[in-house]
Amino acid sequence: MEDFFLRALLGGTGVALAAGPIGCFIVWRRMVYFGAALAHSALLGVALGFLLGIDLSIGVVALCAVLAVLFVLLERQHRLPTDTLLGVLAHVALAAGLVVVAFLTTLRVDLMGYLFGDILAVTDTDLAVIVVLAVITLAGIALLWRSLLSITVDEDLAAVEGVPVTGVRLAFVLMVAGVVAIGMKIVGMLLILSLIIIPAAAARRLSTTPEQMAILAMVIGVLSVVIGLYASLHWDLPSGPLVVVTAALFFAISQAMPRARPLSIHPHTRSAGR
Amino acid sequence: MTHPNHGPGGDTGPLIEARDVSVYFRDRTILDRVDLHVARGEIVTVVGLNGAGKSTLVRALLGLITPQGGRIVRQPGLRIGYSPQHLHPDATLPLSVARFLTLGARSPRKRLAALLAEVGVADVLDSPMADISGGELHRVLLARALLRKPDLLVLDEPLAGVDVAGQSELYRLIAEIRDRYACGVLLVSHDLHVVMAATDRVVCINHHVCCTGHPESVTRHPEFVALFGRHVADVLAVYAHDHDHQHDVAGEPIPLEGIAAPTASPSATAERARGRAAEC
Repeated sequence: MEDFFLRALLGGTGVALAAGPIGCFIVWRRMVYFGAALAHSALLGVALGFLLGIDLSIGVVALCAVLAVLFVLLERQHRLPTDTLLGVLAHVALAAGLVVVAFLTTLRVDLMGYLFGDILAVTDTDLAVIVVLAVITLAGIALLWRSLLSITVDEDLAAVEGVPVTGVRLAFVLMVAGVVAIGMKIVGMLLILSLIIIPAAAARRLSTTPEQMAILAMVIGVLSVVIGLYASLHWDLPSGPLVVVTAALFFAISQAMPRARPLSIHPHTRSAGR
Repeated sequence: MTHPNHGPGGDTGPLIEARDVSVYFRDRTILDRVDLHVARGEIVTVVGLNGAGKSTLVRALLGLITPQGGRIVRQPGLRIGYSPQHLHPDATLPLSVARFLTLGARSPRKRLAALLAEVGVADVLDSPMADISGGELHRVLLARALLRKPDLLVLDEPLAGVDVAGQSELYRLIAEIRDRYACGVLLVSHDLHVVMAATDRVVCINHHVCCTGHPESVTRHPEFVALFGRHVADVLAVYAHDHDHQHDVAGEPIPLEGIAAPTASPSATAERARGRAAEC
């Protein structure tokens, strides 16, 4: 196996593992548009990383993190509807990214690679960043799992019961920023969100507990990455779109399967009057 | 399961108290120097129209917002069980009732089952949250609040979406819980048609405290008018609530016509009630 392909496989697996549970919370908390806004701003991170002379992946991570925190702070002021705020943030960041990249004539950016992912482009540094961020994200999710579930159900109730709501939300958006940044390498900034939410959506029908759904989303994500990358190598087609198409196939299959019902000790007690 | 209350609020002072609390949003006054307190063993019902500031008052009491004026005084170590008005977990979140309950406080399954039986929904333990009815949801929320062995129960619109028969049943349940857990109860309602005898005190809010049924409170706020109060055993007092705000009406405790108040109602009060609408 070629080195570059092994790096892509490992990197893609890392992204898919972190994206599984993050994607579930994005779906549950209806934050898809937030994820999309972060992804759109990634190109600006590339440009800024170049300007600052730091690794471009780290530039993306840093910019996404700053925007995520900025968003949480802006949202608390309730000046604009959340989706309007995100719409502004996303497209201004994308436009600014394109302008800055065009302006920096010395920066030779493979724009298609950033937009749609490029398995050839996964360097050792990229892989290291992916592994570190994926591990941090998974550890964070595991640590905050109960609190995250609690604020997902009801933030006020969680606050009264002692969950530090703002802190948990901040930690969560930072983790989303991390996954968006590392996922961009594999499937590109325009498609990363689909790698985050499609496995979660596919897992929903087959799950009866939040934990099941998160783990199933991880499995579906990893399978999508592996199958998609091999297909990409085999047919010499762009990797990102193939990974996402594979995930979409899983989603289609899950929709055709019977819905999972919770295990019940008394399965017939709830049948009437629903 | 009853439990001995060694918590705060033995006999001394209220469990929680709003003192002179004011909240502004931009240039709008949401709460204007509101006083309110709940003592252990007491059921206090806050009533008021939509937009009168009830939710804001509750959020301030719960510590979810910080009032710009006045302060909230809680007994140290006060445990609050809170049941929000609505719950909108996304239907994509696969959460059973049992799992929902333990998000508030970890507890063995046996205890969860017993608690659900206590609030009258024993059979929903393994149901998905998305599948239970509005009435069942209120009881499940009550169970989650009770799981924390609260000193104070705060129930925001626990009767919303519950039919009238269910409402009085739920009220009775709340009164039972107060006795069994020896906790204070703060209820909120936007349109309280049925105030059961179980309520010890009614506080009517329209940005400020319009009136309160508790005699002490009335004397502390002579400018406001007492409307409710003398709770009449086993009587449903129907409170007609389409007031258009006047402060100069002197009022006495008024059980209104509607649902019969058979034995316990003093006839003089009833007579007064017939002639006068409750305004605050």
